[in-house]
Amino acid sequence: MDHIIIIGNGIAGVTAARHIRKNSDKKITIVSTETDYFFSRTALMYVYMGHMKFEHTQPYENWFWKKNRIDLVKGYVSKVEHGNKKIILEDGASITFDKLIIATGSKPNKFGWSGQDLDGVQGLYSKQDLDQLEANAPNKEVCKRAVIVGGGLIGIELAEMLRSRDIPVTFLVRESSFWNGVLPKGESEMINEHILEHHIDLRLATNLVEIISDENGKARAVATDKGDTIECDVVGLTAGVTPNIDFLKDSGIELGRGVKVNRYLETNIEDVYAIGDCAEQHEAIGNRRPIEAVWYTGRMMGEALAQTICGKKREYNPGHWFNSAKFLDIEYQTYGWVFSERGMKENEQHFHWRHPKEYICITFAFDKENRKFLGINTFGIRMRHEIFDRWLTEERSVDYVMEYLKDANFDPEFYAQYESEIISKFNSEFDTHISPKKKNWKRIFEKV
Amino acid sequence: MKTIKNIGLAIFLIGLGIFTALPLIGTYSLDASTFDNMVSDKGFKSDLFIQSMRNKVVGKEFNGMLGLSSEVTEALESANATHRKNKEHKKVIYTKTHDMAALIGKESGSGFIAENKGLMWFLTFGLGIIGALMFILPNVILLGKKGIKNDGIYHENATNRGWIAWLVFIFLVGFYLVLYFRPEFAVNWTYLVDPISESLSGNPAGHWFVYGFMYCVVMTVMAVRMYIKYRQNVYQMVRTTSVLFFQIVFAFLIPEIMVRLQMPYYDFKNAFPLDYDFFFQWNLKELLNSGGIGLFILVWGIVLTLVIVPVMVYFFGKRWYCSWVCGCGGLAETLGDPYRQHSDKSLFAWKIERWLIHGVLVFAVVMTGMTLYSFFAESGTVLGIKTQSVQNTYSLAVGSVFAGVIGTGFYPIFGNRMWCRFGCPLAAYLGFVQRFKSRFRITTNGGQCISCGNCSTYCEQGIDVRAYAQKGENIVRSSCVGCGICSAVCPRGVLKLENGPPVGRINPTEILLGNDVDLMELVNKKQP
Repeated sequence: MDHIIIIGNGIAGVTAARHIRKNSDKKITIVSTETDYFFSRTALMYVYMGHMKFEHTQPYENWFWKKNRIDLVKGYVSKVEHGNKKIILEDGASITFDKLIIATGSKPNKFGWSGQDLDGVQGLYSKQDLDQLEANAPNKEVCKRAVIVGGGLIGIELAEMLRSRDIPVTFLVRESSFWNGVLPKGESEMINEHILEHHIDLRLATNLVEIISDENGKARAVATDKGDTIECDVVGLTAGVTPNIDFLKDSGIELGRGVKVNRYLETNIEDVYAIGDCAEQHEAIGNRRPIEAVWYTGRMMGEALAQTICGKKREYNPGHWFNSAKFLDIEYQTYGWVFSERGMKENEQHFHWRHPKEYICITFAFDKENRKFLGINTFGIRMRHEIFDRWLTEERSVDYVMEYLKDANFDPEFYAQYESEIISKFNSEFDTHISPKKKNWKRIFEKV
Repeated sequence: MKTIKNIGLAIFLIGLGIFTALPLIGTYSLDASTFDNMVSDKGFKSDLFIQSMRNKVVGKEFNGMLGLSSEVTEALESANATHRKNKEHKKVIYTKTHDMAALIGKESGSGFIAENKGLMWFLTFGLGIIGALMFILPNVILLGKKGIKNDGIYHENATNRGWIAWLVFIFLVGFYLVLYFRPEFAVNWTYLVDPISESLSGNPAGHWFVYGFMYCVVMTVMAVRMYIKYRQNVYQMVRTTSVLFFQIVFAFLIPEIMVRLQMPYYDFKNAFPLDYDFFFQWNLKELLNSGGIGLFILVWGIVLTLVIVPVMVYFFGKRWYCSWVCGCGGLAETLGDPYRQHSDKSLFAWKIERWLIHGVLVFAVVMTGMTLYSFFAESGTVLGIKTQSVQNTYSLAVGSVFAGVIGTGFYPIFGNRMWCRFGCPLAAYLGFVQRFKSRFRITTNGGQCISCGNCSTYCEQGIDVRAYAQKGENIVRSSCVGCGICSAVCPRGVLKLENGPPVGRINPTEILLGNDVDLMELVNKKQP
């Protein structure tokens, strides 16, 4: 019986394990040093904020693993000997495998800032980071101010977390507007406003120069490239993540920024695979990045690799891009590709609508030559994944999408609907005469 | 703002303190003429009881209910025992001892409380309402911008099973025990609402009127809290308004007004088998003796259960009843909202749930079958089992203990839907319809779930919503009451309550949307 070892019990590794179990009788072992059981990393913020207890972030009850014959080993893998098909744990124990799946995720980026390893300086990725934050910033008396460095999704989550305990937050963002490397201008600006509204001291186009220590080796302040020194007790480093693969340095497994894999998620070594945040495609798939540190892609790689492991060899061949996030109170969903001004394709054109009062806005990207719908960003309006996925597959025009937009609305019942406003703005901007079709269940639930 | 909250809390606690002290204080003295009137009104034939009441109670002054209660219950018990021994069955008084104590207590209340009903109402209900609103209303500003407001729920003592939660637990359990088993201690409470009761039905208040009035007050105040907390969510606003309307108008006002109009007391939305005594002999007789309206109620009650309820569940799911109309649901969704996270989500709890709730349904149906058989066959027993004792067991174990003491008393520790999830036979019935023949489902939005667990944590019915959502599967569960909170707390817009075509409502999936379409097709096709 094949023994599959999976290093890492995040979403990628656990999804792979579950699907391997569904399709086979292989012996499965998951090795992790982070926690005893799988938990949802994306939910850590809610533990600090008091919405949930840590055990609520665990999607499976503790008996699940034994029942499904998935062995859990708590330990840190210090070395992989692929020649002997062995992993060596830090305590010296070794386990042999027939196939090895590396799913070790990411770690927060540190760019060599002076003071980046001081006490009180931390990222937000792991359970340990959460515990550390609880120790560093239990309340506003102990942590009189926190400075967050890096304006991405984790940065804004960390800001929200700290604000939930009334801790003053200064938010250093390198870009001239929040996340504008990804979001188009109108959306990015709306989020800027929302951040300020939450009493977060947002400093755009500001870089960290150094973190200043007190006499005990604890962070005391940060200095910015604007010449400011900001007193603080906690520094959050949230300038992106990088694959967590240091333990593989001399293993012979080909590494780039991540573990190099082909479309089958195979590394250069036979029977060794990598999935999730730590995997790096030799060549990016479509508009995707070679390393996709996203919950959904980790899960999809796990789903795909499990088939290969169980003898039905399959490429990792993700469908249409989608993603979601929440910026404080504003939900964000995206389907297809909408690029920021910085990354915009030559033929890409945007239509942007924003609610006059509420934090609700929407951006459609389409091809200006043939009007093909390319993607949508939606803030404060929920949209149906299935509908947009279908429209992208069917290569519908932006005019079609407008016409049937009501079908895609996924907001709770009784919510105000904005399709008419959106479409009338679209009509006036593009001189079209689209009138919205009524929502139709038959269309919504028909399969492609 | 914080100061206003704290002052409000203090005022609320003063009101609550006085209210809690009332059962134990007050003076009671029964004068001879009042007692004589009672005897002739109620038709007591027990000379022993009348005699010992005259000797020990009439003309005497009691401080606090305790003394009076023990005299009355002792007198009644020993009188009945003697009559039974002497086979003087006509003289036996069938009123329960504590109901008798309440009856007599109500007539004998004297002194400050009974003479200052308005003032006492203000010092209890009034202060409670003012204090609670002062505590709640500042949240409009303190909670900040609209959005999900669950910060600190697991840090706060009161909402994380701390000592405050346990105190509330003890208070609620105690309150229900008094209400169901020692109504004489509620006599002082009835005085507070006498003026209200008299203006509605024309009669002085009994302890069930106190309960009904309090129910409405608590729901209204806590609905204000809901409106503030969920102000971004129109579904919650509409639903809260609906459930409040049905409680105040249908459960409280209409039945009282019907009594004034010489009609039977009836809550038109309370469907059998939740309304478990609808077919009890005394109720059928009362309805049949009430002319046209009685007959109408009888037909309505049957049509409600057999036609209206299931048809509505087909179109809208059981939420139309459980979280839009029902009184039990109404209290759970208002007073119980701060405790919704305490429901047990384990598979084990789900197993218990299925046995227990369906067991209660079977119990209710069997009991009703026996009741109807006894009614038409004019026999007190079915297969040698006394119908009356089955009814008594159900009333005590399910009607009082499960629905009341556990159902609400356990809110702060075990969550707000203990009764609805584990006990309500109507919910079990609606659940069958919802699971097997309904347009309602909670749609999972493709592959967008991040398994965070907010939905499961805040599901008051203990459904592990995430278990479905993270598989891309719609949630079609018999126990779902459609409160809509899972959808509200979801940070990624994954869940939507909706009524749509039944085809494809249940959609087990393995590979989620967003991955390789061929892989999805391959793996998902294997599913039944």
